[in-house]
Amino acid sequence: MALPHASMSAAKIPDMIEVSSAAAARPGQSIRSGGISDRGIAWLFITPTILLLLAINIFPLIWTVRMSLTNYKANMGWMKYRFVGIENYVDILTDPDIWDAMQTTARFVFWSISLEVLLGFGLALLINRKFRGHSFWTTVILLPMMLSPAVVGNFWTFLFQPQSGLFNYVVSFFTGIDPASFQMIGDVKLAPWSIVLVDVWMWTPYVMLICLAGLRSIPDYIYEAAEVDRASVWRRFWSVTLPMVMPFLMLAVLFRGIENFKMFDMVNLLTNGGPGSLTETVSITLKRAAFEKWQTGWSSALAIILFLTVFGAANIYIKVLNSVKRR
Amino acid sequence: MKIPSRSIFAGVLATAMVLVGSAVQAKSLTLCWAAWDPANALVELSKDFTKQSGIEMKFEFVPWTSYADRFLNELNSHSKLCDLIIGDSQWVGGAAENGHYVKLNDFFDKNGIKMSDFAAPTVVGYSEWPKNTPNYWALPAMGDAVGWTYRKDWFGRPELRAEFKTKYGRDLAPPTNWDEFLQVAKFFQNRVIDGKKVYGAYIFTERGSEGITMGVTNVLYDYGFQYDNPKKPYDLNGFVNSPGAVKGLEIYKQIFDCCTAPGMTNAYMSEGLDAFKSGQVAMQMNWFAFFPGLYKAMGPDKIGFFVNPAGPAGHFTQLGGQGLSVVSYSDNRADALQYMKWFAQPAVQKKWWSLGGYSCLNSVLNDPSFPSSTPFAADFLASMNMVKDFWAEPIYATLLLDMQKRIHDYVVANKGTAQDALNGLTKDWTRDFKDAGK
Repeated sequence: MALPHASMSAAKIPDMIEVSSAAAARPGQSIRSGGISDRGIAWLFITPTILLLLAINIFPLIWTVRMSLTNYKANMGWMKYRFVGIENYVDILTDPDIWDAMQTTARFVFWSISLEVLLGFGLALLINRKFRGHSFWTTVILLPMMLSPAVVGNFWTFLFQPQSGLFNYVVSFFTGIDPASFQMIGDVKLAPWSIVLVDVWMWTPYVMLICLAGLRSIPDYIYEAAEVDRASVWRRFWSVTLPMVMPFLMLAVLFRGIENFKMFDMVNLLTNGGPGSLTETVSITLKRAAFEKWQTGWSSALAIILFLTVFGAANIYIKVLNSVKRR
Repeated sequence: MKIPSRSIFAGVLATAMVLVGSAVQAKSLTLCWAAWDPANALVELSKDFTKQSGIEMKFEFVPWTSYADRFLNELNSHSKLCDLIIGDSQWVGGAAENGHYVKLNDFFDKNGIKMSDFAAPTVVGYSEWPKNTPNYWALPAMGDAVGWTYRKDWFGRPELRAEFKTKYGRDLAPPTNWDEFLQVAKFFQNRVIDGKKVYGAYIFTERGSEGITMGVTNVLYDYGFQYDNPKKPYDLNGFVNSPGAVKGLEIYKQIFDCCTAPGMTNAYMSEGLDAFKSGQVAMQMNWFAFFPGLYKAMGPDKIGFFVNPAGPAGHFTQLGGQGLSVVSYSDNRADALQYMKWFAQPAVQKKWWSLGGYSCLNSVLNDPSFPSSTPFAADFLASMNMVKDFWAEPIYATLLLDMQKRIHDYVVANKGTAQDALNGLTKDWTRDFKDAGK
């Protein structure tokens, strides 16, 4: 079988040399036999993606910014709306209820992430060792994060039912407390913890996976060197394991932080922000304003504020993360 | 093959009949309402209309929890889904101002339908916008108000009656004011009856839609709460958060704290029905609309009824119920109006009551046999004469959500004081009205 280039006519060879030299001079500018340059082909491939991004990300963002400066109501689209400048932003930033919701969100983010990191790291240390049934237990631990948050929210709502839910009976079995005497979701003191509990149950495996990747990336020779230096187990953990896993832990905190800051589905299904507005995270406030009160302009402003908050915090965090990695 | 001309004629005739028949069958109306017992009664009642007119009735019923969201979205999006809608009393302002409902004055005049033939509070509550003006947007269809049920068998037990008399110096009977209510509720709270722990009262505490507002207003009205200054509309300060209103709110919280079953922190109509039917509570707050079904399920020995207790500032109860409106986006407006005309007839209204709907027609309500027609009919009549309703402004949904939040925060989540809650509500509502240009 003749190779393709063997069949080329001698007349075409100088052309190709010319093209090749041009390509060498200007990378990405080479022209194929069909007449489209490499750069053209590259644009051909990325244009649909760029258009899609513009359509579903950039345009809505610009539109939201525009809406945030108006008193528009989406359920009354036929009515005239007016430009209100930064009134919505001022209103939000001076609204004590918004700051309450921000504090609720912050508390929720703090407790859920702290517990997830502690438990996830602990589980990763366990799973990193070889033991009997290792694969089975790894799969079992990973199961919760594979479920849909909507499913998790619904079945935990049933588990938390004071009359018939399994959770109260399990607590009763271990503590002797009457199962009908307390309720997780409706109780003022317990409702916030019920959300933290479910979030930790669902997302600890995710943190564990990231930590496990970190643990597996530590070369054995470092531990061997530490052993030669007669470092204790505790010392090896503090001086080798923790510093080496730290960037992974911080990455897990970043991912979970962003997710939990905008947490909606689980809170909505479990408590819907109640009792009162005790578990009303800022995303629930946003949903109420946008789709119950139909304050589209106001809620657009809140959405922009939240976006900037997450974006700013994530950027600062990534800088810190990079400096940790450099160390 | 030769086909006989007679056969061809027969074939053509049969085809024509099928086509005409299907054209007649295709005439239909869709009526939108909430999914509950009275809706089933309306399905039954409407069969008569189909028989008379040949117009098929279709129904779109959705659960109460999504009733307002769903149908207000349908109206706001100018949907043609509903030809007729039985809309909540609070919707009338928005539906009238935004052109969702057909104005019915001319239709009523042409067809001899007089609003004076209907109970006055239901006309104001369900039909008029602006309130107390002769501009009609709905036909009063389903009268309703908050009432109470009690366990007649428990109240009748000699040992309990004796104990109550010793403790409070009066007979154990359905309460007539809020002080008596608290006494009875406390008396039953955590008592063991027939080997089962029972609780004093069931009240509305639901947070997501309208529950806790529809509950708390029954106490607030009696203690002097007013929506605004009667002499100066939208002047709220000192009326919404008056000392009487604060006291009323404290009473509601007191009932919630002392005398309800554990876990009732987000409960509305169905939870109340379940709690009462299962023998969990001695007294239950709920809408009269549920009482026919409840009475049927429990029997005359176990269930009794009473009107909302009175307070120091008066004797009121929360209006429920809905009016029947024609949706202005419907393509079947003439047929929909035909249904309304049929529904307004006294004979149909009488049957409506007998099937479990609550007629608002005076000829039904003032019939001498009406008060004794069911054990709750007299209380229903009394309640309809002391009703007050929530705002019916176009922005009612925003006003309602604000009240839900403030009241639930105080009553259920123990946040702040009653004064804080009502001051916050005054602030919210003032801002809402300002935004709405009022």
